[in-house]
Amino acid sequence: HDPYQPHEPGYGLYQPGYSPYDDQIPDPKSRMLAIQNAKAYLLKSSTTSGLNLYDHLANMLTKILDERPTNAVDIIENISKDVKWAQFQKKMDTLRDEHEILPTFEAAEKRKALFLKANGEGNEELEEEIGETPLPNVMETAFYFEQAGIGLSKDESYHIFLALKKLVSVQPIQTCRFWGKILGMEMNYIIAEVQYHEGEEEEETEEEEVTEEKEKGMGEGEDEDEKKEKEDEPPKSTYKPPPVIPKEENGTGANKYVYFVCNEPGKPWVKLPPVTPAQIVCARKIKKFFTGRLDAPVVSFPPFPGNEANYLRAQIARISAGTQISPIGFYQFAEDEGEEEEEEGGGRDTYEENPDFQPLSVAEMVDSLATWVHHGQSILNQGRCVWLNPFQKSEEEEEEEEEEEEEEEKAEEPDEVQQEIGPPLLTPLSEDEGIQNIPAWTAQPSTNLIPQYALAVLQSNRWPGAYAFASGKKFDNIYFGWGHKYSPENHAPALPPPVQAEYPSGPEIAETRDPTLEEELAFKAASEEALAAAEEEEDEEDAEDDEEEDDD
Amino acid sequence: SLNCVEWSLLPPATEEMVAQAKQLKGRFQGDPSFEYKCTEINAEDAERLFGDGKEPMIKEESRLVATIEQIDRAVGIIPRGAFVKTPLGSVHENRNFEGLSLTEAKKLSSYFHFAEPVNLKNKTLLEKADLDPSTDFLDSLEHDIPQGSWAVQLEKGGTVVVLRSLLWLGLTFYHVPMTKQYGYVYFGTGEKNFDLPFML
Repeated sequence: HDPYQPHEPGYGLYQPGYSPYDDQIPDPKSRMLAIQNAKAYLLKSSTTSGLNLYDHLANMLTKILDERPTNAVDIIENISKDVKWAQFQKKMDTLRDEHEILPTFEAAEKRKALFLKANGEGNEELEEEIGETPLPNVMETAFYFEQAGIGLSKDESYHIFLALKKLVSVQPIQTCRFWGKILGMEMNYIIAEVQYHEGEEEEETEEEEVTEEKEKGMGEGEDEDEKKEKEDEPPKSTYKPPPVIPKEENGTGANKYVYFVCNEPGKPWVKLPPVTPAQIVCARKIKKFFTGRLDAPVVSFPPFPGNEANYLRAQIARISAGTQISPIGFYQFAEDEGEEEEEEGGGRDTYEENPDFQPLSVAEMVDSLATWVHHGQSILNQGRCVWLNPFQKSEEEEEEEEEEEEEEEKAEEPDEVQQEIGPPLLTPLSEDEGIQNIPAWTAQPSTNLIPQYALAVLQSNRWPGAYAFASGKKFDNIYFGWGHKYSPENHAPALPPPVQAEYPSGPEIAETRDPTLEEELAFKAASEEALAAAEEEEDEEDAEDDEEEDDD
Repeated sequence: SLNCVEWSLLPPATEEMVAQAKQLKGRFQGDPSFEYKCTEINAEDAERLFGDGKEPMIKEESRLVATIEQIDRAVGIIPRGAFVKTPLGSVHENRNFEGLSLTEAKKLSSYFHFAEPVNLKNKTLLEKADLDPSTDFLDSLEHDIPQGSWAVQLEKGGTVVVLRSLLWLGLTFYHVPMTKQYGYVYFGTGEKNFDLPFML
């Protein structure tokens, strides 16, 4: 019984053709015996795992012949391992594994809704769609940005496209634009910039006005109390919070557009609340990552008035104000505007597309920043786009205005609030300040090799992640990033304000040292002398009186 | 390379380069031969480094090299099991690495820093007993300071797990669970995010 005959499986160690037993060809009978012995050896079960080599090899070869992988000899070890691993799976089991729903599958289900067309709408739908839709052509924009190396994958762009389509069909929207994507810690935000049809805005402002009036009423009551300060009561706080600057109306200024966000295409769109100046002012002082949940609190100092939805909206407002740009001439001021408004700081609020727009060549767009203009209004320090004097009362109280203003000036001594003027709309980018020695924008053509079809691409250096492109008559802005401004210096959070003095210190409240014994004695002696002197005077007076009486 | 067509070899990083580059702030210029003046070195250090007292200048090239080195050392990560250590001490790629499972991929502890381990010795003996010395010889991401400096997300319906570093904004690591694909790239301005503790 010779081991390892060349024609048997499991040849193993010896190279074919080099076995020392090659030249021996045993007679058929002993050959049969040899085969049986070899097979018996192969069938011998392993002591550790209960398998035997014969079955294992048979399974492996069956698997290979069934599947026919390419280069089977190279992956033979892996196949062997897989077959052994397959032993642990019970094929016929009375207990069935619960059908495991992969999270991938669940996610796909959600997105599937996007791909289905809305039911119950017939041919009329088609006609409407062919006309002008507010839906932006996201794929086209993505194509242009891709040439500059910016953008999301095609899959995601298409999903966003469909999600926007759904948004447009649900809300009464006039214009819609894919604003960009802000990254967060747990989830990201996809943001759409939207303008409603005129007159169809949802009226959420009523509730807010009611609360504002209540606050005003309380404020007046407090003023009266303070004038009646009594010394017995602990002194009232003289802290007056700075006047609340009213937010801008929906549709103007910082609230010109309404923003919808969702975490992923396929999830429902959530409308972000309009932004107030206080939120913008506070957002300028803090720097926080977004978590991805809109209701997360924003823990910071100075305390941010609102939750993550408000912080997100404030950052979007700042980014839009700083980075929404267009080629010069695309937008022009409407010609029907009359005189500039005097009180509110001048400046025109609206612009419209210029029908006579002549696009400049790409080289010109890239060379000089003066060929681009901001079409987003910049936000003043106050937090609004249009400056408002916070000490003006509303129109209803104009009659009492003069009296109250005088009183206030005497009692409160308000700081002189100077009118803030920001750069007017449609200023060219060359006016933008750089940071240290870096210009605010970096411009480059998308390709140097094919200038005929190149785009002009601008990256913002102040808001890293904001990009804009222009090619002929097409242009767009987009933002992909974390949502923070760039500053070469480290962020230093504001220090808490100095502790207020508890009470005004004056001589009557000031502590003095208790008089020492000598001082007391001296004081006593002095007062006794004074008393004695007074008594003597009285005696003299009495004596004089007596004398006078005697005289009379 | 500036245009992806012509490539030039960068010199390896030295400690000195890294120390100098740490003092520079602000964006890169884009020109490898641009020279920065370092204004923040004390007179003593300047003399020590330059001897003659000539004005200290750092080339942007060295700053670039130092920044790459810092990024790799700080946030270069690999999934657990991708590299193994032999009993002799040498580390090489694990050819049998089949990828992490989906549940494992969502945990920060299944990713390691691909650099000399710093924290391994500080672990308690109990924890060390659980480690497998052939695969667990590097620092895990779990104990990174500050906590929460990594953002883990699942993309593409859960088929790709993406880790983004918040310390070096722009470093993105991806891995497709149950496959051998993983890697990390950096797209960004090359500046460390020193404000991280305020932002979390």
